[in-house]
This record gives sequence, structure tokens and C-alpha cells, in this order.
Amino acid sequence: MIKAKSNNPRTLFDKLWESHVITTREDGEALLWVDRHFVHEGSHHAFRKLDEKQRGVAEPELTFGIADHYVPTRGRPVITNPEVAGMVERLKDNTSRHNIRLFGLDDPDQGIVHVIGPEQGLTVPGLMIVCGDSHTSTHGAFGAFAFGIGASEVAHVLMTQTLWQKKPRRMRIIIDGLLSQHVSAKDLALHVITTIGTDGARGHAVEYSGTAISALSMEGRMTLCNMSIEAGARCAMVGPDDVTFAYIKGRPYACKGANLEAAIMEWRELATDIGASFDQEIIMNADTIAPTVTWGVSPEDALPITATIPSPLGLSEARSAYVVEALRYMDLHADQQLTDVKIDRIFIGSCTNARIEDLRAAAAVLKGRKAIVPGLVSPGSSAVKRMAEAEGLDRIFIEAGLIFADSGCSMCVGMNGDLAASGERCASTTNRNFRGRQGIGSRTHLMSPAMAAAAAITGRLTDVRTLDESRVR
Amino acid sequence: MDKFTKLTAKACPLALENIDTDQLISARFMSRPRSAGYGGYLLHDLRFETDGTSRGFILDQPGYADTKILVTRRNFGTGSSREAAVYALWDFGIRCVIAPSFGDIFASNAVKNGLLPAQVSEETVEKFLLEIANPVGIVITVDLENLIIQSGGSTAHFNIDPVRRLQLLNGWDDLDLTLQHVDAIKLFRANHHKKCPWAVPSHAGIGDVKI
Repeated sequence: MIKAKSNNPRTLFDKLWESHVITTREDGEALLWVDRHFVHEGSHHAFRKLDEKQRGVAEPELTFGIADHYVPTRGRPVITNPEVAGMVERLKDNTSRHNIRLFGLDDPDQGIVHVIGPEQGLTVPGLMIVCGDSHTSTHGAFGAFAFGIGASEVAHVLMTQTLWQKKPRRMRIIIDGLLSQHVSAKDLALHVITTIGTDGARGHAVEYSGTAISALSMEGRMTLCNMSIEAGARCAMVGPDDVTFAYIKGRPYACKGANLEAAIMEWRELATDIGASFDQEIIMNADTIAPTVTWGVSPEDALPITATIPSPLGLSEARSAYVVEALRYMDLHADQQLTDVKIDRIFIGSCTNARIEDLRAAAAVLKGRKAIVPGLVSPGSSAVKRMAEAEGLDRIFIEAGLIFADSGCSMCVGMNGDLAASGERCASTTNRNFRGRQGIGSRTHLMSPAMAAAAAITGRLTDVRTLDESRVR
Repeated sequence: MDKFTKLTAKACPLALENIDTDQLISARFMSRPRSAGYGGYLLHDLRFETDGTSRGFILDQPGYADTKILVTRRNFGTGSSREAAVYALWDFGIRCVIAPSFGDIFASNAVKNGLLPAQVSEETVEKFLLEIANPVGIVITVDLENLIIQSGGSTAHFNIDPVRRLQLLNGWDDLDLTLQHVDAIKLFRANHHKKCPWAVPSHAGIGDVKI
């Protein structure tokens, strides 16, 4: 099915698309089969639509519930806020009456959907994966076709296990070279977004390739695909390779033994064929990318940490108005050095940067040092938390003065009450620096886990490379 | 789903880029049931102080009462997939947003709820932003059949994906269309799982599809 026909070179995305088309209408809309559907507390609107139409769930065995958006990161299993408790309870009710496996608050495998999908082996190459969450693009790191959908579409998938879609255009972003020391997939992602803009990949399925991408771990690839939605991409992906297959081996829900070997043979065929064409191709080099942070209220407002804050002078009227308002909201001024910006707290977590590799990178910076601002570390899953504890990372965070908490979306979206106060400036490993995202009037600077750790130590935006280099691997 | 054919209504200028779905509706309101109405939450933190008093945001100015059309700058509805952003617009009374570009998921959610995302060039948006601000509360017409916006004396063309246009014009519900293909879905499923056994989670004992 996946195998390339000779004379017809296809991209990874073409193969994923074609292997999921049930039927294509004359107008070009295709009905696609969904291999995996994740629902969370926010999916309550979709379950309500099911009830209104008096329909059930078509494929409960291919549907998985995850409590992550609203779960508390401290004091479990007690949920003190009744509204939050109601959301977690409602997911439990909806999944239980439709016979859907729930990774609930009390489950040892609970975590953020885009962390535990891969961790549990529910995410493998070749799948079409959807979830009512825009960061579903994360799963594309495995060579899967994965994207976020709205509540109407969630309801449609629940009822039919299918989705109507128009085939997006194909974009390849080739990144050769190698990331320098202290520069991570997060810096790369912010660099891509600021280069092409938050709508630069709109309407496109993005495939990343090049030596810098092959050299990334699965964690790094997930961070990059996760953030691609911030460049407007419909979905993002990396062709599966030995790094991918090694990650999948032994995961609970993935196939095993001879079945896995057979699957790997097929998954290798997913790679983009030589000569396959893309609608758009962008070439970048990783060598010169510096640790990158955001200054404004959109992920495209990103700069190398060595830069100064931009001036609205000399920009178009629309752009100038945007920069003036962003600087006002962020309480920054033009031409200020980024490294002079003081911060009030840090957050290390979210589906972007809360995997074990992220916690290790932050801990390597924090080891033997003290944070001078408060901070929260929320592992991406309960399993990541256990792994971090086994490695002693929890001690490093706690001894530095940070809080090491349970897993959830936490301060990325603030639904569980983990928020920054109005006017507070947060160095955050999350994905969105939108106005008020981390609480009314909160100010967010996006960056990598190592950079957030460095900011915790100095109390300002800091180039992690300038901190005692012998200490920071 | 509500049909959209032609709308003549007051338009309000929102001269901002990148109005993301977190602005359209803050996460803290999303646990509320839809039946409560989401209109009051639309762009809440731009419209209201923390104590609930009005900040005199343009949408709340008397001249723009009963606005059904928003004119705004690039990348409207970027960010989170929350369909509640569309609920907030709809419940406030907005039926059409005119912008140079939209977040993909937002545009899809909008159409599924009968709200028209009308795409025009940046120049056209800048022209409309000036026109509808003076005089305040000008009425414009958006004609989906002919893909035309009429504002005062001027006329502009707008774009929308042809499939989405038909969906809005006819008020189609995806589910009705899908249910015409149940046999094809069942056949595809059987073949797909035979060809790609790795696509089935290892714990699952897959029975019949229950559409």
C-alpha cells in the first residue's frame, strides 16, 4: 500500500494521504480514515454534539481519553476548584459511557496527550492521528499524518472515525548543518517560525529533512513538529528512520517482535522518493542558529538572545501598530538588550518541552545552582516524572529552589489554575506567548529548557552559553 | 448548519494583526456550557478590565452596536484549535470576518458553524479599515454567491475555498454526507487493517465499526 510506484515519485505526505483516502469527491474533498483519535477534557463540546444527535462512538478501541488540560499539578488526587474538577469528571463520564480507555488523573501512565501518545506506542509511523488540540502536529515526528481539529470535527470523528479534508499543499524545509552546543530543537523551531512567519506554512503539510533534522532525537523532532503549528502548518513531519524505530521498540501499544520487524520494513518505504516534488521548498542552515527567545506576543516575534528588541520605526503601518502594541503589552522598549530583561518566574513544561531530554537539559544548567526567581517544573508525563526522579533530576530542581510537580498542560494554558500574575514576566518552555495565555496580563517569553533554567539563575533573559561553560554540557 | 448567502450589515474595524483564538476566547471561559452563551466572552480581556468595567473597546462603542462583520488584519484566528472562538464570535452576532489570512483550523471551524471567513488582499483590508471607520457604523454587503464585498461606492472581490463556499451556501452538515459512504468506510477499514496490522493498537480487540 505504501510502496512507491515506479515513475511516480511521491513525498512522505503523499503516501500518508493516499493510504488514508476512503473516497474523493469531485470537488476534491477526500474522506479520510482516522487511525488514532485522542480526546481530552476540552472535548466536552463534541460529546454534547453526539448526545444531541443520539449517536455513539464508532471506534472506541481507536479512541483514547487523556486528562491533561485541566488536571492539577499539585495536591492530587484532590481538585479544589469545582469547575476544574467538573471538567476532569466530565471526561471520565464521557469516556466511561462510550467504553474509551482513559488515561485519567489517577492513572500511572497519565500525562500530556502529545507526550504519552508516543510514550505508550499509540503513535507510530504511517498513521493518521487527530485530536482536538492544535499541537497534535507533534506526532508527525514519527512520520505520521497528525493534526489538530475543532469540536465539530472531533464529533464527526467520534461518530464515524473519518474526516473530510482537502489535500494541503506540500512544503519541505531542509535544514542542513548541525545545531551548536546549547542550541536545541526549540531554538530551531523559533528560528523557523520567525523566518517564515506565523502564517508562513499556512495550508501546507511540512516535511523537515536535512542533516540537522536527522541528528535530532525523537524528543527534538517532537518539539520541532509541535511548534510547526505556530508557523501556520496544517501538519508537520519527519521521515521515520532508525532513531524512530529504536524509540518505538518495546512501547506498550506498539506491535512487537516479528510484527514490529515487518512493520519497520513497511515504514522505511514511507520516505519521500527521490524526485518527488513539493509545492514549496525552504532551505536553512543550523550552524549559525543561536539560542532564541521571543520578545512579543506571537511566536514569530523571536530573536537570537544576543539581539536587541526591535523598533517600530521604518515598518509598514500595520506592522508598526502591531510592534507598538506588543511592546506596550510586554512592557519593553525598542533597542533594549534582550539580556537586560528581568523576569519574575520560570516554567518548564508543556507538550513542547517536558520530555526527559528537556528536563535533563534544564537540570544540567541548574545543577549546584540556585534559582533567584520562583519556578515550576511539570514533567510531560507521570512516566517522565518517575524517570526524572530515578535520575535524581528532581533533587536538582528542588535544591535550586524550584517546584517539581505532577504532569499536565499546567502553565502553558493555565486551565488548571497554574498561572502567572498580571504584569508578571515568565520565561517559559511552552509554545505560545499570546497575550494573557498564562493568565490575565501575564507576559511570556518562549525559550528552550536550558535557556529557562539559565534565566532562573540570573533572574533575567540569559544566554546559556555565557554561564560557566565548563559546567554546562 | 445555518446557510450563508448574502449579508448586509454593519462592519467593525479591528486594526490588529495576529488576533489569536486565545484573544477571541480565553481558556478560562471554556469549561462553561455553550447554552450559557459565549458572546460576552468574545475578546474579553481587550474589552473589559479585571473588575468587569468596559475599556471602551471599539466593538462596545455605540456606533458599532449590532455589528455582524469584522474587518481585521493578517492571521486572524491563529493558534489554538478551540472552536469556542467561533462560538464567541457567533453568539456575539458576528457572521463574517474579512481578513488577509486566517488560521487554518479557525477557518475550518468557522465554516462548520456557518460563519464566513472572507479572504481579501492586505491592500483591500487597509482600504476597508479606513472606509468603515468614517463614518462609523457603515453598512457593507458580503455576497458569497458572487464572492463580492460592496462598501459604499467600492466593490472588492474576496476568496474562499470553493468547497467551503458551497458548504456555507447550502448549509451542509458533514455527517449527512459521510453517512452516504458507510459501506465504503467499512470496506476501507477491513482492507486497511489487513494491509497495515501495525495501525491497530496492540491491546485492541477490534470488533465491528459502529457507525
